[in-house]
Amino acid sequence: MSLKIVVLAKQVPDTRNVGPDAMTPEGTVNRSALPAIFNPEDLNALEQALRLKDQFPGTTVQILTMGPGRAAEVIREAMYRGADGGYLLTDRAFAGADTLATSYALATAIKHVCPNVDLIIGGRQAIDGDTAQVGPQVAEKLGLNQITYTEEILSLKDGKITVTRHIDGGVETVESPLPCVLTVNGSAAPCRPRNVKRVMKFKRALAPLELPQGQTYEDMPYADQYGKKQYLRIQQLTTADVNADLQQCGLAGSPTKVKAVENIVFKAKESKQLTGSDEDINGLVKELLASHTIG
Amino acid sequence: MSNYYTDIPEIKFELENSPLMQRIVELKERNFADKDQYDEAPQDVADAMDSYDKVLDVVGDIVGNIVAPNAEAVDAEGPHCENGRVRYAEKTYENLDAMRQAGLNGMTMPRRYGGLNLPVTVYTAANEIVSAGDAGFENIWSLQDCIETLYCFGNEEQRQKYIPRVCAGETMSMDLTEPDAGSDLQSVMLKATYDEENQCWRLNGSKRFITNGDSDIHLVLARSEAGTRDGRGLSMFIYDKRDGGVNVRRIENKLGIHGSPTCELVYKNAKCELCGDRKLGLIKYVMSLMNGARLGIAAQSVGLSQAAYNEALAYARDRKQFGKAIIEFPAVAEMISNIKARLDAGRALLYQTARYVDIYKALEDIARDRKLEPEERQELKKYSRLADAFTPLAKGMNSEYANQNGYDCIQVHGGSGFMLEYACQRIYRDARITSIYEGTTQLQTVAAIRYVTTGLYSQVIEEMLAQEVPAECQTYVARLRAMADKFNAAIAQVKEAQERAEAAGEDKNVVHDLCARHLYEMAADVIMSLLLLQNAVSCPELFAKSLQVYVNLAEAEVEKHASLVCRMTSESIDNYRQA
Repeated sequence: MSLKIVVLAKQVPDTRNVGPDAMTPEGTVNRSALPAIFNPEDLNALEQALRLKDQFPGTTVQILTMGPGRAAEVIREAMYRGADGGYLLTDRAFAGADTLATSYALATAIKHVCPNVDLIIGGRQAIDGDTAQVGPQVAEKLGLNQITYTEEILSLKDGKITVTRHIDGGVETVESPLPCVLTVNGSAAPCRPRNVKRVMKFKRALAPLELPQGQTYEDMPYADQYGKKQYLRIQQLTTADVNADLQQCGLAGSPTKVKAVENIVFKAKESKQLTGSDEDINGLVKELLASHTIG
Repeated sequence: MSNYYTDIPEIKFELENSPLMQRIVELKERNFADKDQYDEAPQDVADAMDSYDKVLDVVGDIVGNIVAPNAEAVDAEGPHCENGRVRYAEKTYENLDAMRQAGLNGMTMPRRYGGLNLPVTVYTAANEIVSAGDAGFENIWSLQDCIETLYCFGNEEQRQKYIPRVCAGETMSMDLTEPDAGSDLQSVMLKATYDEENQCWRLNGSKRFITNGDSDIHLVLARSEAGTRDGRGLSMFIYDKRDGGVNVRRIENKLGIHGSPTCELVYKNAKCELCGDRKLGLIKYVMSLMNGARLGIAAQSVGLSQAAYNEALAYARDRKQFGKAIIEFPAVAEMISNIKARLDAGRALLYQTARYVDIYKALEDIARDRKLEPEERQELKKYSRLADAFTPLAKGMNSEYANQNGYDCIQVHGGSGFMLEYACQRIYRDARITSIYEGTTQLQTVAAIRYVTTGLYSQVIEEMLAQEVPAECQTYVARLRAMADKFNAAIAQVKEAQERAEAAGEDKNVVHDLCARHLYEMAADVIMSLLLLQNAVSCPELFAKSLQVYVNLAEAEVEKHASLVCRMTSESIDNYRQA
């Protein structure tokens, strides 16, 4: 049995180690101050896909990412780790998309490039937006089952997938017919490292948008390689390529409107001295419960 | 999110800034013949260099994010011996998995066997990077280079059977030492007998101190010629764990490199294959194996020195006493600068050695397929000799430096360094073995001393001194000239003392052996100073400080050794005998 798997991945600013310049004065993310990385939970998703590929020879794993030219880095990174290839969904008309417009674009692209997909796997959420909405919305738009918070794929046979999912206070084992959409938790198995043979093989893979302005593959160093090895040309898709309805794309298709952004600065306002007595501890616990800090 | 390769620009510098590198790539890639057959093969020299950089970036990433964070747990748990088998510490498996998934095994093997066809120089870099993260794990992982010996001396059937398995991540060991055969391997007694009925060799006996002794594929030194007692009765065998017959009796409890299982092995009629020709086991194959392993220990030592430097620097910047960071105090700053100077000098020597090894090994490999041209034969001879001369210098000096650096690293930490909470104590313990195994520093001296007396080191030094340097470095050239003169004078003194001993009817070797270590270190001090000068000329940002500090140290060392040689040749050497 071989499967067709699409992994949804996003290039995100690394918000895990933010410095003082992480936000612009306008309150938006200062992308130039933060390194662009492979969204961490999408790496967990990729690992689940690659495990299926190990298990079922002939399985293909394609990355689908939406973003500007440099987002092709995510596709290359996935190819280094074991993915077969990928698609860069890129168009000015996709810009400014909220989760609804993003999931419309992704679902439309999947219908176009992989109509008979068996599994769509993505990370639970991206660290820049933390919405966890895109995976489920893609499933809805494609009319597929969805399993969120995936920890591990236990088995896949007879057209059914069995998965453990992380829930409050424990783990739940669920089954779904294929095709379906999985979103994977950060606590799932970490992604395997880059494989050096694959790095050497794919290191020159480029999307057209990554070429210096006005240049083609024929102008690049080792140009003959782009002719001989199709895998070095990362495929790019525009709204026209996937027949997307422009009204549902980008800013036009995004009902979310940001009214205001506030910078929250944590500072200690007052301090309280507590002793180790039962009374003080009980009091603190009650206070924290009341403020929903715990519980 | 640290990367043990990109965070240390000195490694990339060593890799890229030698005129020998182009030649190495050309020899190793043989007109880039693999490029149409293997997707990962390079198109030209620049492409190959770019790939090396990218491979090491992966190594640095895995070490920074997996191996180094696991080091403490691996050190604390150590391996277990269960029912005659080794079970590694839990996190060791995680490290091994990562290295296997990344394809970092069989790195120097040809592509046709599944290898990466990387030069030894690149493998050496990977080795020091892994060691900087966890020297004990490096021990297990780097035994992959035993496959070089099987590749060089095994037959084609054995190559096809074993090399792809090593490239796929199976581990190796070299089973040499026995209770009564340590430094003196001629005394190996493990018995190899030919089993006529099953048409195969069988091993019986035991081995001791075998690193990674429960590996998948062993190279075993055993006595195939019954009745012999010396090295000429020994042959090399391949033991495949899948055939069974070798059990682990116990795992040693060691001072350091806890992650690496050091095993006592029992061979009970274990089936094995002869590797190469009978009787050449010790005199040819083990010598080859050892030279590779010694370069590996030199790399391991450099990695440990790097780790010592990182820890010392970080602590000294962070720790405040008397109202300021302790690195502000000259006494502490000097210790840290000395660590860095020894690290940079030792690393320069390491890579120069690796490049020499690369050229002669690549030419030897070409010679397996076609007759070498006369100039290629000359080149092979030249670099083979340089590799033989430099390997014991790189191993001995770097292992001694790793010890010194580990010691100083603890000293920088003060009382906290003596507690087991900081990484410095592990580095200190792990470094201790490097000057012992694969030949003690004393044996490195024995291996190197002939190149002192035949004048090879002096010749190398003269050639390097003759190289052009910018005007501002001329003072260094003058100082190094003076050091070289002292070295040559010391050699002459020892020769004269030997002649006097001979004339007096005494054993002339005593004075020679007593002075050998001093001459050896003088040669190394001068050569490392010169290599560091070359580095500083091409990249002052990285090496100017270390050059200054190292030459100050080396000058004093040369002076010290010159003085000792002088005393040892003129005064009664009987004072050095306590028996």
